[in-house]
Amino acid sequence: MSLPIRVLLAKVGLDGHDRGVKVVARTLRDAGMDVIYTGLHRTPEEVVNAAVQEDVDILGVSLLSGAHMTICPKIMRLLKDKDAEDTIVVVGGVVPDEDVIPLRDMGVKELLLQDTTPKEIVARLEKLVQERGPR
Amino acid sequence: MPISSADLVARLKKGDLRAASRLMSRAESNDDETLSSLGAIYRAAGRAHIVGLTGVPGSGKSTLVSKLVETIRKDGRRVGVIAIDPSSPFSGGAILGDRIRMTNLVMDEGVFIRSMATRGSTGGLARSALTAVDILDTVGFDVIIIETVGVGQDEVEIAKASHSTLVVSAPGLGDDVQAIKAGILEIADIHVVSKCDRSDSNRTITDLKIMLAMGVNIAIKDRGGKPLWQVPVVGTSSETGEGIDTLIATLDRHRDVHRTTELGEERLRNIAEYRTFKTAEDLLRSQFYKSTNKRIQDVVEQIARRELDPFTASNDLLKKIAF
Amino acid sequence: MSTLNKMDPTQLAKQLELWEDTEVSAFLNKQPEREDEFYTLGGFPVKRTYTALDTKDIPIDDIGLPGQYPFTRGPYPTMYRSRYWTMRQIAGFGTGEDTNNRFKYLISQGQTGLSTDFDMPTLMGYDSDHPMSDGEVGREGVAIDTLADMEALFDEIDLENISVSMTINPTAWILLAMYIALAKRRGNDLNKLSGTVQADILKEYVAQKEYIYPISPSVRIVRDCITYCAENMKRYNPINISGYHISEAGSSPLHEIAFTMANATTYVEEVVKTGMDVDLFAPRLAFFFVCQADFFEEIAKFRAARRVWAKIMKNQFGAKKAESMRLRFHCQTAAASLTKPQYKVNIMRTTVQALAAVLGGAQSLHTNGMDEAFAIPTEEAMKIALRTQQVIADETNVANVIDPLGGSYFLENLTTQYETKIFEILEEVKEKGGTIKLIEEGWFQKHIADFAYETALKKQDGQKPVIGVNKYVEEDEKADIKTHPHDPTTADRQISRLQNVRATRDNDQIESLLNKLLEVAKDETKNIMPITIELVDAGATMGDIVEKLRTIWGTYRENPVF
Ligand SMILES: Nc1nc2c(ncn2[C@@H]2O[C@H](COP(=O)(O)OP(=O)(O)OP(=O)(O)O)[C@@H](O)[C@H]2O)c(=O)[nH]1
Ligand SMILES: [Mg+2]
Repeated sequence: MSLPIRVLLAKVGLDGHDRGVKVVARTLRDAGMDVIYTGLHRTPEEVVNAAVQEDVDILGVSLLSGAHMTICPKIMRLLKDKDAEDTIVVVGGVVPDEDVIPLRDMGVKELLLQDTTPKEIVARLEKLVQERGPR
Repeated sequence: MPISSADLVARLKKGDLRAASRLMSRAESNDDETLSSLGAIYRAAGRAHIVGLTGVPGSGKSTLVSKLVETIRKDGRRVGVIAIDPSSPFSGGAILGDRIRMTNLVMDEGVFIRSMATRGSTGGLARSALTAVDILDTVGFDVIIIETVGVGQDEVEIAKASHSTLVVSAPGLGDDVQAIKAGILEIADIHVVSKCDRSDSNRTITDLKIMLAMGVNIAIKDRGGKPLWQVPVVGTSSETGEGIDTLIATLDRHRDVHRTTELGEERLRNIAEYRTFKTAEDLLRSQFYKSTNKRIQDVVEQIARRELDPFTASNDLLKKIAF
Repeated sequence: MSTLNKMDPTQLAKQLELWEDTEVSAFLNKQPEREDEFYTLGGFPVKRTYTALDTKDIPIDDIGLPGQYPFTRGPYPTMYRSRYWTMRQIAGFGTGEDTNNRFKYLISQGQTGLSTDFDMPTLMGYDSDHPMSDGEVGREGVAIDTLADMEALFDEIDLENISVSMTINPTAWILLAMYIALAKRRGNDLNKLSGTVQADILKEYVAQKEYIYPISPSVRIVRDCITYCAENMKRYNPINISGYHISEAGSSPLHEIAFTMANATTYVEEVVKTGMDVDLFAPRLAFFFVCQADFFEEIAKFRAARRVWAKIMKNQFGAKKAESMRLRFHCQTAAASLTKPQYKVNIMRTTVQALAAVLGGAQSLHTNGMDEAFAIPTEEAMKIALRTQQVIADETNVANVIDPLGGSYFLENLTTQYETKIFEILEEVKEKGGTIKLIEEGWFQKHIADFAYETALKKQDGQKPVIGVNKYVEEDEKADIKTHPHDPTTADRQISRLQNVRATRDNDQIESLLNKLLEVAKDETKNIMPITIELVDAGATMGDIVEKLRTIWGTYRENPVF
């Protein structure tokens, strides 16, 4: 019996725009995944603690405030500190093109931006988990 | 090469929380190496006070858990929480949102929260939730709270597998006593009426008390006829904090009554029995699926054409299960 | 032959039938239509064509004339023939000085009103040096912590002579207090200030999710803003009841208007409860809607909104003054319709949306910059967006006739359908227990989430074409775009001024004023504005005020619905 992929979706920082994260949550649930939603306005520390306890395959961070270059490095560092580096981190929201490479360099595995379709999101996440293999 | 489950168990026994969270995932995925480690975890467990908490959707369970845990933490006890939400019957996936109400606990190292989905009627929930309880117990949590929605049989069973069961009712969710409708009135060791900051909560308390007085749930007595436990109704408000201390005191008293009287032994035996059946059922089911996987197509075709019947076929299939 | 106003319905119906049977069916035999059925973006079915039969049941008084009840055709009798709509491009980034420069630039380019965007910490009530503000100071808008920032923001701008809009919600009353304190320091007459704060907290719980406190104290603050302004600032709009964010959160245009009306009536009820006469404050209630892509539907939506509001104010609240019944709205083109691929196409999208807003009778308009799917807009993008409005105003002549689409069979029919459906939804809200209860239960949120999800699926399968995204896609497109740069020194500059204010103010005075604030907050019959004005004038930071009140009101946490 293979388990549903576990995903934690988090809105980090102060922006409350949750249209995207909600569509993603629903999409992933309808694709058979377990989605843990931690609500709005969370800090990187809170999100990482939750991700570690939940032992999720994927941590999805949704951000529309432009603070990703401050928040994402913190999240990556905290995951490392907590022995949870094998968590796949994906970022969704508004990310300017010039930040894409720095984000990938710090270990963000995928960027799901405004126009990524639901099917594509599911496909990419499934692929990431498959590539990671058992853990 | 992933770390072996046996190594994880060793780390677990030393109190490693990361090992705990990983073992929970592995146990849920039913992989053989992990299944063989579960016995060791069960044997190492047995210290924690296991509290089941159920009630109809929206009755304020998660908010209450968060308040309860916050307050229990003040005397230093460490608390684990297992929050269970239903899966979608269509996709099998789930959106688990109980954590939102427990945000105040996330930064506390003495609290561990794990969300789980019921996975429909495949019986997977009970086992993985109970394994998670063993894991939290072994890793050193003093109190373990399991929050389930009181709607389906499976969810209610979880609460039955606990030492103390709380049934939560709330004002403003309709006129009937919700616990009756949901079929969970009888399983309560303690009834909680949440949202007591609301003016209509008194009515809910009265209704519940009347129901209890009508004999649905009378005092539990020892062999000599001495009453050991009378199911109480405790009003709480997660908004004002009212009743939370009383609830904790009541819970502790319930635990003590069980630890010191024959009630406890009986309860533990019931739980053990439940777990044994549940585990056996699970094993049987998963083995059944594993070993019939390929053969089933043929058989199904024959049954559909009425050349074979489901009774004979199942008997045959069961005999062929490879353990 | 009957003339248009003497049409014979039976005869027309026959004619229509004949047409379907002959001309139409002959054509359909040669070539079917593009779709079996056509719908508006909001899901209203659309017929092949419309005739007088589709308008014959609409009471002529419902259509009426511009500036007359129920204001379907416009809130004023002369509309853009006397003055164009206010061209109000929103701006805000960095510190007060940074945004002040952008303001002056926009004014020099012909902009006629100011509109301010604040950064997330300001919107959410955190001081710039709070840990939650890390990375967000001055990024998505201007950072305001204290009155000193406000002074910088409006440096050399005459507040009595330009209308200033501030897009802010849970902390709106503090910003308004700073604005008032600043005007007082400059010796301005409060009754000459014009402009608005958004201050629409209910739609925050429903859609945008910028909230701090639970609903009840938050609505009380809004009430206080409305009554304070009614008594002290005759030309100021204390609230902009907004559908825009409901739409951006994913709702249909119908729900945008219906939910906004549900929120609006809730505010009116709250204020009326204080004993204030409805005609004393209702004239200053203003609205804010989006203009989306479905051209005629949007125009019908605006017309219906005006009619519905007029009827609500007259029939439900017994308003007597025409000003209380006429709905005035600010409009913004739809940010959610902007795309990153082939981003210059955004100019066309925005142009068509802006035209619909004008034909729908907007009082003020913000046109989005073409680069807003990337970041906040550059000066160049803002200029083109402003020029778009100027072209519509000065070159097309559309502003010379009021409600030029009035009387269109299709449009009048759709307007009336909108009206009917809006009233149905409002009735449902009432039956189900009212706006606030339904917000707590996530009822509005669920409708919005459902439509957002459907929209995502329709984009995915191409049912909703988006040029450059699911149609006419350019595979190897490279965006040649220079986005607005974020100045990395912003946070330091901002925080140093903040800390300077803290170091130089009289902290004992602040402490005693904060305690007085608590007393006022606890007494629902008091107005929170005067003490807040005193506080900001004495150098209190936004965070001081917000955190103090959190000790009694707590923090709102939503039950998300998906
Ligand atoms: N007034 C009041 N409202 C409460 C209280 N506790 C919870 N609520 C509200 O009740 C709603 C449901 O609370 P939850 O804690 O999510 O309830 P739940 O039983 O866990 O819900 P599910 O997990 O969805 O079944 C929320 O809107 C809470 O804010 C309380 O003590 N007083
Ligand atoms: Mg819950």
